[in-house]
Amino acid sequence: MALLILLGVPLFAAAVLAFVGDRKVAPEINILGSAATFIAGIWLAFEVYVRGPMLSGGKSFFVDEFNVYLAVLTSFVSMTTAVFSRRYMRREREHGRVGHVGMRFYHAMFQLFIFAMLLCLLTNNVGILWIAMELATLSTVLLVSLYRTPTAIEAAWKYFILCGVGIAQALFGTVLLYFAAEKVLGEGGDALLWTNLSRVSGSLEPTVLSLAFVFLMVGYGTKVGLVPLHNWLPDAHSEGPTPISAVLSGLLLNIALYALVRCKALVDGSTHTHHAGDIMMGFGLLSIIVAAFSLLRQKDVKRMFSYSSIEHMGIATFAFGLGGPIATYGALLHMLVHSLAKSSIFFTVGHASQMHWSQEMDRIKGLIKGNPLVGWGLMFGVMAIVGMPPFGVFTSEFLILTATIKDAPLWTPLLLLGLGVAFAALFRKVQPMVSGDVPSYQKPMKVAHLPVMLHMALVLVIGIYMPDFLNQWFHKAVALLR
Amino acid sequence: MTIAPFIIEVLQFVILLCVAPLFAGWAKMLKCWSQGRTSPGLFQPYRDIVKLFSKDVALAENASWIFRFTPYLVFGSAVLVGGIIPILSTDLPLAATADVIVLVALFAIARFFTALAGMDIGTAFGGMGSSREMMISSLAEPAMLMAIFTISLAAKSTSLSQMVQVIYSGQSLFRPSIAFALLAFILITLAETGRIPVDNPATHLELTMIHEAMILEYSGRHLALMEWAGMMKLFLFVSLGIAAFFPWGIAPAGDLAAIPVAFIFLLLKLCIAGIFLVLIETGLAKMRLFRLTEFLGAAFLLATLGMLSHFILE
Amino acid sequence: MNLHLAAQIISFLAALVLLTAFGMLVQRRMYGLIHLFAWQGLFLSISTALVGFVAGKHHLYISSLLTLTLKVALLPYILHILVQRLRIHKEIETVVNVPTTMLIGIALVIFSYHLTAPVREISTLVTRSILAVALASVMIGLLMMITRKHAVTQIIGFLAMENGLFFAATSATYGMPLVVELGVALDVLIAAFIFGIFFFHIHTTFDSLDVEQMARLKEGD
Repeated sequence: MALLILLGVPLFAAAVLAFVGDRKVAPEINILGSAATFIAGIWLAFEVYVRGPMLSGGKSFFVDEFNVYLAVLTSFVSMTTAVFSRRYMRREREHGRVGHVGMRFYHAMFQLFIFAMLLCLLTNNVGILWIAMELATLSTVLLVSLYRTPTAIEAAWKYFILCGVGIAQALFGTVLLYFAAEKVLGEGGDALLWTNLSRVSGSLEPTVLSLAFVFLMVGYGTKVGLVPLHNWLPDAHSEGPTPISAVLSGLLLNIALYALVRCKALVDGSTHTHHAGDIMMGFGLLSIIVAAFSLLRQKDVKRMFSYSSIEHMGIATFAFGLGGPIATYGALLHMLVHSLAKSSIFFTVGHASQMHWSQEMDRIKGLIKGNPLVGWGLMFGVMAIVGMPPFGVFTSEFLILTATIKDAPLWTPLLLLGLGVAFAALFRKVQPMVSGDVPSYQKPMKVAHLPVMLHMALVLVIGIYMPDFLNQWFHKAVALLR
Repeated sequence: MTIAPFIIEVLQFVILLCVAPLFAGWAKMLKCWSQGRTSPGLFQPYRDIVKLFSKDVALAENASWIFRFTPYLVFGSAVLVGGIIPILSTDLPLAATADVIVLVALFAIARFFTALAGMDIGTAFGGMGSSREMMISSLAEPAMLMAIFTISLAAKSTSLSQMVQVIYSGQSLFRPSIAFALLAFILITLAETGRIPVDNPATHLELTMIHEAMILEYSGRHLALMEWAGMMKLFLFVSLGIAAFFPWGIAPAGDLAAIPVAFIFLLLKLCIAGIFLVLIETGLAKMRLFRLTEFLGAAFLLATLGMLSHFILE
Repeated sequence: MNLHLAAQIISFLAALVLLTAFGMLVQRRMYGLIHLFAWQGLFLSISTALVGFVAGKHHLYISSLLTLTLKVALLPYILHILVQRLRIHKEIETVVNVPTTMLIGIALVIFSYHLTAPVREISTLVTRSILAVALASVMIGLLMMITRKHAVTQIIGFLAMENGLFFAATSATYGMPLVVELGVALDVLIAAFIFGIFFFHIHTTFDSLDVEQMARLKEGD
């Protein structure tokens, strides 16, 4: 029942908003729909907490600790983003950057995107996972080009082509997976169900699965934004409306990583070697280094933070690749706190860019004096994201670092290098933005208080005190991913 | 040692010499019909050759021995090739001495000497024609070899008689490698024999002629031999294609009674080939010289695809 | 129809699919590209129907029909209308010249053959050798997207890649479960609509569909 609401509400809201999306009441409908989704998510999580992993809808959906916490996270962040988007898009509308049709389209696609992400998380069928991932991409492509500027269209085109190519490789990997599964499980839809596959993963043909994993890695890895397949990410995340950047950075990357980790679990069960993990570690480390060094060269603030997303996804991928209980726990925690912190940063950055009507870091100044919430929000957000204690990201990075020193000590210097460079670069770039005097062209505005404060509070709380249920959740998820 | 194979061999030479101009005349007639002109008649090439033989040779003062020697060489190599290709029957004594690679080499010698002769006198046209011809052949020859190799992969031998026998014995037509090789071969034939869209055999414009440029200086019996050799080359390529891809009707070894039937079949197939050739010639326009690399690249591509699909799909 | 003959016909169709893929790779004219794409879809749907007939899998008939309507009729029609409306230049420039592209294509075919060797060894299907051709078509579609500078050609390369994937699904596994195939077809359709909309946006903003125009977003700018 909870599942039905969880998936049905966004779909229904998308349909409704397609018609009424440009009315005054549309943002409120958006928020309401997202809130209902969130409540359904909590309900579902509670059921899983009490009863353990469960199949639903006649084996089509599978909910265990790993994906239910991501589902709750997704619905939560989309709710807060909807709250943020109300103020933000109203300002954009007033300034004439979006028209009637654009607003309807925006709201409808927002909800459709949430639906696609939740479907991706909760489905048991690996084929439908692919379809939902593609649907999520397609629903956001035209949103990236919403403003119809040349750079926006270029960004959306790159996004479309590169992610399309990547996802096609993932489809080939899925076909190979089905091929191997067919031998053991027989034909038909059952052979694509993840529960069945993980049950028989020992008897799946290792050579075919290794080949399939390479394709899946390239495919879903493109969506995660791993170097060298990351070219679309900085453009797409910086050109669209900020709420979309927030959900893309905060949520879609997580979901692509989720898909990758599920596939890795199958491959590990089949090949009993560490190949898949090694590939993930390699890509993850490369992403960390390249992204960290790229941070120094950025001039556009959203572009800079999307490189930061690449770096953090690299850390999570590296940790999942490393394997073992500590690293996996760290990676799961990292996905959670990065999502919260990054979306909060995007909220503040969005408001900052609206105050100055520019995304260039040279133009944005004096945020703390001009609007304390935005200024301090950005400051704390950056402190959180670079991994300063007592924020949650410190905990997850510390765990990952510990695991690396224990299991793969040779890689530790590189990891530290990436983290260090990112730390320095982000501070150096953000410092002039938040401090100093208020420039003359800065416009005051009403900002959305709640989302930023809520996210930062959560990240802080998780850093200091890990709630018991969350702890248990992660432990169970780690056990599942052995 | 039976005398029959040698008789068949001689018979093939005779047919080659006699039917080649007929085929050229047939192609010319069809072309004129398709363009709404009156044709000069089916036997005009014979009349042309006879006329040329009766004329004097006008030789340039600085012509070397290459210039005088080439027509005989070209004619001789064409006749030799006629001895290898199973036109009437697969039972040829010369086939044991030469396989498909020798065939390609014989054509290559002829082309090499023609190019040299074109440059021999020192006129601008000759040199231009030679360089163009060399460019085309440098691209066409790998393609041809690749196409031939594809067929020989199927037949597991490079001897033409062997190939014909294998294909005759009932391998199905649907083999992709053979189909690709056929397409490649058609393209190569057009290039090697100098037909449209590669080269216009009826032109004498500086901008467009390739083969004609090389033999521009020849006259009298030399020109007769070159022209005859040109017609024989066309005939040989067409019959090579027929032998490799549509061999039904060729008399198998030791079956003398089938020879007349084989001859009838040959004439029939030549008629159809002529129609096909003229359709291509009238339907396409001559390509720009720079586009020829793509044309021949496509031929090479098709031949390579044929070879690859032999390994991948069969 | 015995198995051997069916296998040969399917191999032949696979060769034709590869041929059309190469044809698209080197084709210069826009209408020619669209026609080749339609032919490829036709060969694909015939092959799928044949595999369904031989193996007795009836859901493959539905897939074949889907491919027929989508890739032979609908998508070429949409592309045709787009090319007409946007009055696209018939010529497309390439990044590398045509013969080099052909050679790279051949190298990709050999590479895919090697790559799919493990699958070939353990498969028991009549169509197992076709996986190499399917992967080669995917790679050639990819090559087309990389070496062409025109937006429409890039999209056709993308669609050719999807064709190759569909072919891979039928050849490796006698087709994916129907629900997955329907979903994939739906995605392709949505993608087609999106790129149609895209072309108009690009055209109105840049006044041309040359992808080189869209190179403004650079590092550190």
